[in-house]
Amino acid sequence: MQIPFLSLVVFVPLVGAVLALLVPRHQERTIKILAIVFTAIPVLLVAWMLTQYDFGTAGIQFEERYSWVPSLGIGYTLGTDGISFPMLIVTALITLIATIASWNISRRVKDYFALLLLLETGMMGVFTALDYILFYLFFEVVLVPMYFLIGIWGGPRREYAAIKFFIYTLLGSVVMLIGIIALYLNSGEPRTFDMLTLAERGGLSFGLQWWLFLAFFIGFAIKVPVFPFHTWLPDAHVEAPTAISVILAGILLKMGTYGILRINLPTFPEAAQSLAPALAFLGVLSMIYGAFVAMWQKDLKKLVAYSSVSHMGYVILGIAALTPVAINGAIYQMVAHGLITGMLFLLVGMIYDRLHTRQISEMSGLYNTLPKIAVILAFASFASLGLPGLAGFIAEFFVFLGAYPVFQTHVIVGVITVVLTAGYMLWMVQRTLMGKERSQFAGTPDAYGWEVAYLVPLMILILLFGIYPATLMNIMNESVLNLVAKVGGI
Amino acid sequence: MAQYAWLIAVLPVLSWLSIATFGRRLRGGGALLGILASGIGFLFSLAVLRQVIVSGPVMISIPWLTVGEMEIEMGIKVDALAAMMLPVVTLVSTLVQLFSVGYMDGDVRYSRYFGTLSFFTFSMLGLVLADNLLLLFMFYELVGLASYLLIGHWYEKPGPAAASIKAFITTRIGDLGLLLGILALFAAAGTFSFDELTHLAEEGAIAKGVLTFAAVALFGGAVGKSAQFPLHVWLPDAMEGPTPVSALIHAATMVAAGVYLVARSFGIFHAAPEAMAVVAYIGGFTAIFAATIAVVASDVKKVMAYSTISQLGYMILALGVGAYAAGLFHLMTHAFFKALLFLGSGSVIHAMHTQEMHQMGGLYSRMKVTAWTFFIGAAALIGIPPLSGFWSKDEILIEAFHSAYPLVYWMAMLTVFLTAFYVTRAVVLTFLGKPRWAAAAAGAGSHGGHGTDASGAHSGAHGTDHHGGHGHNAGHGHGGVGGVVPHESPRVMTIPLIILAVLAATVGLIGSPLLGNPFGKFIAFGGEVHHAEPAPAVMYLSLTLAGAGILLAWLVYGLRIVSRERIILLVRPVYILLKNKYYLDEIYGYAVVGGALKLAQILSAFDQKVVDFLVNLTGWLTVKVSQASAVFDLLVVDGAVNGVAGGMVLGGRGLRRLQTGYVQGYLLAFAGGVALLLVVFTIW
Repeated sequence: MQIPFLSLVVFVPLVGAVLALLVPRHQERTIKILAIVFTAIPVLLVAWMLTQYDFGTAGIQFEERYSWVPSLGIGYTLGTDGISFPMLIVTALITLIATIASWNISRRVKDYFALLLLLETGMMGVFTALDYILFYLFFEVVLVPMYFLIGIWGGPRREYAAIKFFIYTLLGSVVMLIGIIALYLNSGEPRTFDMLTLAERGGLSFGLQWWLFLAFFIGFAIKVPVFPFHTWLPDAHVEAPTAISVILAGILLKMGTYGILRINLPTFPEAAQSLAPALAFLGVLSMIYGAFVAMWQKDLKKLVAYSSVSHMGYVILGIAALTPVAINGAIYQMVAHGLITGMLFLLVGMIYDRLHTRQISEMSGLYNTLPKIAVILAFASFASLGLPGLAGFIAEFFVFLGAYPVFQTHVIVGVITVVLTAGYMLWMVQRTLMGKERSQFAGTPDAYGWEVAYLVPLMILILLFGIYPATLMNIMNESVLNLVAKVGGI
Repeated sequence: MAQYAWLIAVLPVLSWLSIATFGRRLRGGGALLGILASGIGFLFSLAVLRQVIVSGPVMISIPWLTVGEMEIEMGIKVDALAAMMLPVVTLVSTLVQLFSVGYMDGDVRYSRYFGTLSFFTFSMLGLVLADNLLLLFMFYELVGLASYLLIGHWYEKPGPAAASIKAFITTRIGDLGLLLGILALFAAAGTFSFDELTHLAEEGAIAKGVLTFAAVALFGGAVGKSAQFPLHVWLPDAMEGPTPVSALIHAATMVAAGVYLVARSFGIFHAAPEAMAVVAYIGGFTAIFAATIAVVASDVKKVMAYSTISQLGYMILALGVGAYAAGLFHLMTHAFFKALLFLGSGSVIHAMHTQEMHQMGGLYSRMKVTAWTFFIGAAALIGIPPLSGFWSKDEILIEAFHSAYPLVYWMAMLTVFLTAFYVTRAVVLTFLGKPRWAAAAAGAGSHGGHGTDASGAHSGAHGTDHHGGHGHNAGHGHGGVGGVVPHESPRVMTIPLIILAVLAATVGLIGSPLLGNPFGKFIAFGGEVHHAEPAPAVMYLSLTLAGAGILLAWLVYGLRIVSRERIILLVRPVYILLKNKYYLDEIYGYAVVGGALKLAQILSAFDQKVVDFLVNLTGWLTVKVSQASAVFDLLVVDGAVNGVAGGMVLGGRGLRRLQTGYVQGYLLAFAGGVALLLVVFTIW
């Protein structure tokens, strides 16, 4: 019998969540170990899937197709291809690391880890669902645990941040829901919510495509976030506990760009072609705007949050170009940003735990005070600014390379971001890590062994994807070629 | 043999990783490993060079990545150009590391220093070997990283910290050009390979406009890395790093990477004459521009830094006028004599604990080896025959004379005079005359290592004396300038000086017409040996100008017949302008850095006050509208969404209610909502 890999990947964390709820509240250690085990299983499953993955095909793999509500054409359809599989890798890995990094959570432990596991089910579901209703369900499932994780375990302004996050993204998904219904009703007989079928069927008028593209895009753009829909992000990040920031930046934002790739491009190809220049403009705008605003931030976490706005702009630019090279670069950036920014948030959290401040101006000389953390932070900063040999460079380079023939002006303006990023990252390094160490921080413990242990795999992957990108690119290339052939380019 | 040339680059990787892993636990902090790695690499390089001379270039490549429908390969290209660079890089690297054993003795981060030097050597060799633009670009940025790390070696001090970021950002601005050039060329030609690009450019397969744009853009990368005007400002600041680093990275090798880049992609430049003109003028202007600043600099390392910028200008202008071999010949000779001069300065600084030449003088009798080797380096830089600098500079001048750019020729020629003047001035102030360091003892504390004149005009951010940073002080127990007892440096430092001095004196012969210029024949671009017609007048003029420069400096600083103060008074505005480096640091600081920060501030405020305000306003209005429309609604529609909406206004009160509830409850409500939706659909 075929192993239902994807159902397992999606629902094993949910099983873990249920089990966690059954453990008595005071057995915190048991709950934590249980959570780690149940986030480790998806990592192993994804690794196993990788050994069976067919690199030579563009089609859907590991497909599971069951009828759910036949009268409405709703199916329980899961599957993965080169566009979603990289996201599965990132989701499994980042969630496991975030769970380990939550070891020191002491308030309402049971609820926290149950929600965390539920969150993983939602995220895995989004990246594997191939039915609109299923996709929408998972898309919403992500919201609820996220809302509570920020609202209960967050910083001082957690309530404001959580509500803002919830309402804002809910607003986006409601618009998307209208889009789903409209698509369903206008796609001819037999009616179905199946993503692949609807993408294949086509036949939507240009005007309808245009509106549907917009409806889905608004839902996804808020998630990414694309300027000007981004202001929930810094608030959510600053207030969220460390591990949740890591998941938010590392995985959640990618749900937006993934949605554009999975739904908008193949289902509304003509609208995609016509709106591509607008998308490219928004991408470049986000890149530059995010970088400038990041430069002025006084709070380390906010700086990283705005850097996400800037880095996700590359993804939008890459998608907009509609060339195989640029879209490969965009997906590569989704992975690279997930790893790199995840790392940055982990490090910021480690520093905050120790110094009880995130104000850049209150730090100095951390190279000497916290040598291990500081060196790893420097590594992550260079990865973030796109140093060759690290994953971010490959992503940015191929986005630019693939977009240049299509959007020459956008690229020529967009490359300025490369200097701006170096500017704010290195300025941050100069103010926090360099300089004389502060006496009040003397004797602060450096990174513990277990903390280094979950950072090192990220560093290894960032290096591997930077030096030999074929490891990751081979997974996605065929599917990307297929996608571009479907859309047809500009 | 040459197909294994990549091993030369792998050796320093091994030493870097070993030092990074084991660090201080290694005997001697890993210095020996680094020296061995580059030393063996040097011997190997000689073997490779010999093979390339005998049996021609070697290229190998391996598949690297399939993206879209194109396959990208990575490989090495060991032709005459690379084969010439390999021994230069490995030899200078070896000697500098040897010198550093003495110079950095007792430094707090001794191991890190040698580890980073190994990393640099690796990156530089990778850059030299790269057979395509993408790989070269990657190493181009990695040498920048090494430079950043080494400039910031003493990162506790504000000077090195600021200088390191300035170097990285400034060169990265140039790298933007390089990146755009690569993108444009790839869009037009579909390849990164130097050979294929050269071929396509010569065939005319790439549109003229694209070619010119790409060449000028690529040259941007060279302007940044090789510190050409207007991106030269990072190099003088880079002197905040340890002096041996300045010798290796900021004189001999990395700064020459820009020249190397232009030489590597010469096929593209060759096919774009307008771009060549830009190269020639930028090079020529930089040569004379930097030399004028060197004339008034009082910090011995700063003199050398501006001299380096000026000499790099010679190389660039040589390439710009099409004198491919001459430019590269100067790259090689300069690598030796400038490394020598920097290490010599290091030896002096090691002894004096200051970089101010006005606090030196009379050191000849105290440190004879340093002095004599310095004299040789200085003479080579001025271009006194038969030392190396004479042959290479002379060739460039002749080529510039024959070129279509008389202005460039005259800029290069006048630079000869300025060079002779500032070099002689440095030699005299440092080694000859009466010692000023005894006198300086009293005042040392008050002006803290700064220039004695016009120091008020200096930008305060640039402290110069970092000798306290290297732990040598403690070992010898002599403090500031006041208590100095100058002494010759240990043998581990003087031996590299002697080796470099021998090379600086003799290496020029391989490019001299006396021996039939074997260098020029070997390095010829595209295999076409370039014969410049001899122009004796050029040589006589340059020798005359050099002599005049030496004489004037001697009169002012040596014999003191011409009063320095009188001259300064006479040309005071010019003097202040030069002393302040044409105020370019101030202009950039105000316009570029200040402008960017101002924009960042404005956009941040915009983000808060406008974008986010609109979001919050929308939320607030929505709540108000819903409140006003019907209280009824609020009472009936129970559950999460409403609680959330109310919470927007009610804030904590609303949330407290949510928090006491169970997660499951909300999920249930949510699931119920979806179920309701399904029912609605069914009825539909």
